[in-house]
Amino acid sequence: MPLVNEEYGFFVDPQRCIGCRACVGACAECGTHRGRSMIHLDEIDRLASTQTVPTVCMHCEDPICAQVCPADAIKRSEDGVVHSSQKPRCIGCQNCELSCPFGVPIVFSGLEQMLKCDLCYDRTSEGLRPMCATVCPSQALLYAPKVQIEGMRKNKPLREFTIGELHVKTRNAVMVPDTEVPLHLDASLLIAGGF
Amino acid sequence: MSQLPNSLDELVHTFGPHLNLAPPGGWQDEPEPDKVVKTHCCFCGQQCGIQLKVKDNKVIGFEPWEEFPFNKGKLCPKGVKRYLQGNHPDRLHKALMRGEHGFEEADWEKAMAHVATKIQEVQAKHGPHSFAVLSGVSMSNEKSYLTGKFARLGIGTRNLDYNGRLCMVSAGAGNKRAFGVDRAANPWTDIEKADVIWVQGSNVAECSPITTDYIWRARDRGARLIVVDPRITPIARTADLVLPLKPGSDCALTNGILHLLHKWDLIDWAFVKEHTHGFEDTIAAVKDCTPEWTSEMTGLPVEAIEKAARWWGEAKTSMLLHARGIEHQSKGADNVSSCINIVLATGRIGREGCGYGTITGQGNGQGGREHGHKCDQLPGNRDIENPEHRAHICKVWGCTDEELPHKGVTAQEIVNAIHAGEIKGLMLLCFNPVVSLPNTDFTREAFSKLEFMVGLDFFMSESMHYADVVLPSALQEEDEGTTTSAEGRVIKINKAVDCPGDAKPDWEIMVDLARRLGRGRFFDHFTSSRSIFEELRKASSGGTADYGGITYEKIEKQMGVFWPCPTEDHPGTPRLFEGAKFMHPDGKAKFYPTPWRPAMEVVDADYPVWLTTGRVVFHYLSGTQTRRIGFLVEQCPHPYLEIHPRLAERYGLQEGDAVEIESRRGSMVLPAKLVTTIRPDTVFIPYHWSSKLAANQLTARHLDPVSKIPEYKVSAVRIRKTTPDRFSPELAELQRMAFEARSNQPNIPEQVF
Repeated sequence: MPLVNEEYGFFVDPQRCIGCRACVGACAECGTHRGRSMIHLDEIDRLASTQTVPTVCMHCEDPICAQVCPADAIKRSEDGVVHSSQKPRCIGCQNCELSCPFGVPIVFSGLEQMLKCDLCYDRTSEGLRPMCATVCPSQALLYAPKVQIEGMRKNKPLREFTIGELHVKTRNAVMVPDTEVPLHLDASLLIAGGF
Repeated sequence: MSQLPNSLDELVHTFGPHLNLAPPGGWQDEPEPDKVVKTHCCFCGQQCGIQLKVKDNKVIGFEPWEEFPFNKGKLCPKGVKRYLQGNHPDRLHKALMRGEHGFEEADWEKAMAHVATKIQEVQAKHGPHSFAVLSGVSMSNEKSYLTGKFARLGIGTRNLDYNGRLCMVSAGAGNKRAFGVDRAANPWTDIEKADVIWVQGSNVAECSPITTDYIWRARDRGARLIVVDPRITPIARTADLVLPLKPGSDCALTNGILHLLHKWDLIDWAFVKEHTHGFEDTIAAVKDCTPEWTSEMTGLPVEAIEKAARWWGEAKTSMLLHARGIEHQSKGADNVSSCINIVLATGRIGREGCGYGTITGQGNGQGGREHGHKCDQLPGNRDIENPEHRAHICKVWGCTDEELPHKGVTAQEIVNAIHAGEIKGLMLLCFNPVVSLPNTDFTREAFSKLEFMVGLDFFMSESMHYADVVLPSALQEEDEGTTTSAEGRVIKINKAVDCPGDAKPDWEIMVDLARRLGRGRFFDHFTSSRSIFEELRKASSGGTADYGGITYEKIEKQMGVFWPCPTEDHPGTPRLFEGAKFMHPDGKAKFYPTPWRPAMEVVDADYPVWLTTGRVVFHYLSGTQTRRIGFLVEQCPHPYLEIHPRLAERYGLQEGDAVEIESRRGSMVLPAKLVTTIRPDTVFIPYHWSSKLAANQLTARHLDPVSKIPEYKVSAVRIRKTTPDRFSPELAELQRMAFEARSNQPNIPEQVF
């Protein structure tokens, strides 16, 4: 059974991310874009924290990348998946790269085409989970039935974002804790005596 | 003579590390695999299930194995890219012997004959025990078992030890003392059911990444996580309580916790009275470990210590997990015992969601030590000096008690004896002491003194540079066998591809050598890994690590079998100590007093900064495999010095500055990496690299008196800012290699979609 359906959701839970880049490495193993990873993994501020955040395509309901594409090369299928640009149409102009509020699309030089996460269409259509969410050791990237996850995890899924003047609704969710997560960790504040 | 046969540059030029960047045939095509083999990752004691895709006798990629219950498809980056260790330009295909121009490819028969002759020569000249064997637990149970038998009956030496001496021996010693058995007490599924999880000295997210998800599943239920480590590691980032203690102060903390549990009457008295010994002595030993004393020893605030004790004491269910952070110390075994003491005091062990475990580091760290190559053990976790245990093994092996050597010395002590000229010959397999033992210069000096050294490995490790003969052995995926994971789960490694060229599985090489040494009668019946496993079953039978009822078929059917499993109709034992039945003869557990003592080296005016060493998620142990995989090198090409900005400020250091770190053993220059996630009195260096980039240039040969593990986690150093021209050329070369990996733009097919 194809796993791109209403039941299943993709959840990004940065609180759990351990920065191991298994997702980045595994993405590049996929059949449709061999050797190229579509995942961004950022250290937020290594001086102050070990916090890392994976970014995959959020699959917007009304994707900005498609709106700004002058060649109409970016399509969203009925199941809500926003696909890589269509090669015959894509002119490599980078509008999509520049406009995406999450910074997802990559126009690969030499290829002159934008590629991005397509929820591992080749895998999900065969009933397999996306590669990154399958391997992620801490399940910071998670692909699972929504009902199961939304009841199980303490963090809550967020599918609407306001970024500057943009308001976007997305197919994928970011898991948000109900308490504030400290972004600055300082061992010198956790020890006895001064230094 | 085991001087280097060529310059280091020439050796690296010929044998690597070079990078493997892409699967066989490149990224262009996605070939349909001929077969997909269900097996396990070779990196680390988690032993994740993985499927290897094979085409034309080459591993071309992987597919997650979602049905395997431990990891359910999850993999860390090492697992994802593990397949690139195959089909590698550095892979050894032919035997190598030293000739006029350094290592030269040699005829297999000639190399083997030479090895046998030299072993006999060394032993004839200097005695049977002058030839030592050092081996490693990345090897399967079958190979580990055979190594033990080969060293003792093939070569006839008592001097055999293994690289688990740098890994699991403190845990093993502490576990045997307390429980009479050496295995994690619980299956990992118990972690999910714990209300409090206490992680001490274990960088879980980087060294056992899959365990992270088990911990989070508990936290989803509301469990509290306490992490004890001088650094705020990725698992500690979101922990409910972080205790960044001074390096080497672990048992001061756990002694202090026990003191408070007793003071606040959070002891499970019924459990302690019925099921344990030694509580009074242990409590007496912590009488003076008040929170104030504990704070002074550990550098932790009194309130944090009290909060930890309160949470631990009042928990209904709990798991305590530790790893090398507390074990790599000159009181490693005592640190382990002090952790076990707070588990036993609360009686929370041997039931669902309640228990304790050490997290095994090496691939087969658990199984390897049970069956073979530990200097004081015989198969089944038996004691080599126990007459009954010896008699059982003599019977299985068909030898006399006189033919079975007694206890030898441990890994570091073997190298010490080589340095002292007492041991003259060495067989080294699957172990890279030049990187992994403390005081690198000393190890190199020792190896230079050997009269003869033979090495078995698949890549030319830095230690193999000293060999007279190198015999190419098998990668994990080139042979079948079993390993035993951190959980005590025996699993099946399946063969994916054949060995390339003349390379052979290590067991085949040893069986052949045994025949040449005139000891074929003990080895002739070994024709396959399976035949070795069948003997292992008999040899382990009746021991604590009893594999008697485990078969290859049963492992595959059950997706692993937890030992002990004495009979074929026995399902195995996922959780030990159910009903508080421990494995000492009287069925009780033992408290063990751990009075405080400092590390062998402490900071002083000359060397005022603590140094601790450890791993990163992208590399495995001495890096022989992972420093050859492009993606992993790209993520972390070289070591660095982690330093708190407040300490850095004192030395005028900024991010990326060259900093010289000097201990009483040696010095090195690394780039500074400023992080607030480490204690400001402590610096950290990851240890996966060799030569001028080896962290072990700085560490000392200080051993735990019981476990003989070196004190990697506590050294005293001084640091000073220096100039970038002092960086080793190796650092620049590694940065170049990382750039090469990053800019390896694959030749994408013309039309993708």
